[in-house]
Amino acid sequence: MRETKYWTWHMAAGIVILVLLGLHMLIMHVGGITQLYAPFGGEAVSKANSLFRDGRPLFTVTYILLLGVALYHGLYGLRTILFELTLKPAVEKAISVVLLILGLGLFGLGTWAAITVHAIANAGSRG
Amino acid sequence: MPESQKAAREINFHITRYNPEHDRAPYIKTYALPVREGMTVLDGLHYIKENLDASLSWRYSCRMGVCGSCGMLLNGQPTLACNTQILHIAKTDLTVAPLPNFEIIRDLVPDLLIMFEKHRSLKPHIVRADDAELNDPAGEFYQSPEQLEAYLQFAYCIKCGCCMAACPTLATDLRYLGPMPLAAAQRYNEDTRDAGRRERNQVTGASYGAFRCHYAGECSRVCPKGVDPAKAIQHLKRRLVLDYLHLARHKKPCEKVHGPSQGKPLPNIPAVPAKTV
Repeated sequence: MRETKYWTWHMAAGIVILVLLGLHMLIMHVGGITQLYAPFGGEAVSKANSLFRDGRPLFTVTYILLLGVALYHGLYGLRTILFELTLKPAVEKAISVVLLILGLGLFGLGTWAAITVHAIANAGSRG
Repeated sequence: MPESQKAAREINFHITRYNPEHDRAPYIKTYALPVREGMTVLDGLHYIKENLDASLSWRYSCRMGVCGSCGMLLNGQPTLACNTQILHIAKTDLTVAPLPNFEIIRDLVPDLLIMFEKHRSLKPHIVRADDAELNDPAGEFYQSPEQLEAYLQFAYCIKCGCCMAACPTLATDLRYLGPMPLAAAQRYNEDTRDAGRRERNQVTGASYGAFRCHYAGECSRVCPKGVDPAKAIQHLKRRLVLDYLHLARHKKPCEKVHGPSQGKPLPNIPAVPAKTV
């Protein structure tokens, strides 16, 4: 049943990615029309607009969530592809452990970056 | 026109031969034989054995697509030799090989033991908590046509192994359970008389279970009985996920029917005619 659990979360992560990437496209690439979360006008990726978004807790949480689901979805997919190579059970276990450590490491690094940017944006807005 | 008067055409049978007692590897031997319209590949193999080479081995039983014994690879397609007419698939040459993804016992005889061991691991039978009822039934279990329809097509499987031979996932990883055992699991999971789904989930949801299927769909394409194992596996995956999330709808168990007196006769059924003997 363990594989059922992994698969279920893989599917759920895919749906979350779909929603969050949709929002990303809406905010970053249709921003010129919608002006969604781009109060300073112009390009959505301008420094002022970026700092505005990075300073909001909602965006920081969303960045971390997107990072988590994308890492899980991608690394589980990679694990599935690697398992197709008909490996020995010990090698499969080693791959799972390496991917878990890699995923947790990248998640920690990305979370630290998102929180740091959030702090910088808030510090900048306070002058 | 009588069968014997139809013109015969010569077809070359390129047959994979292998005797593990004195061959290091399988090799191909060609036999030319006269083929008449209506002759099946199984008839052709019998002709070879009787007239050209008595040492040729293959497995068969019913000769009518029911037993599933004569599954083999004909012109690269896994199918039943008894169900395939030679002139439908060959003009001058026909390759005949044992089913891939299995060990060869001899010539065209694959070792299906691994398939049946996987099949057995999934408890391919009705599982119930009430052993007394199972061993000494006191009545019948009623199933509606809809409940029957949910699993009926999977019950048509004859375990010939053609789907296992066509499966690309099984070709790369023999540990994968494969389409036949998984379709059998789905057949019993959907049966309203059965209560063994949770037990089967332990096997179908494991590492080499349903989630290894990539949905190539070859199993369904080659099945000589028209069963759709790929569909069964997708249903199995869905049910596994719903069971994990505790979202699966409770399967309504069969109602017990005690004897024929409980049935309602249809109106306007004429009386049984008087005995004439």
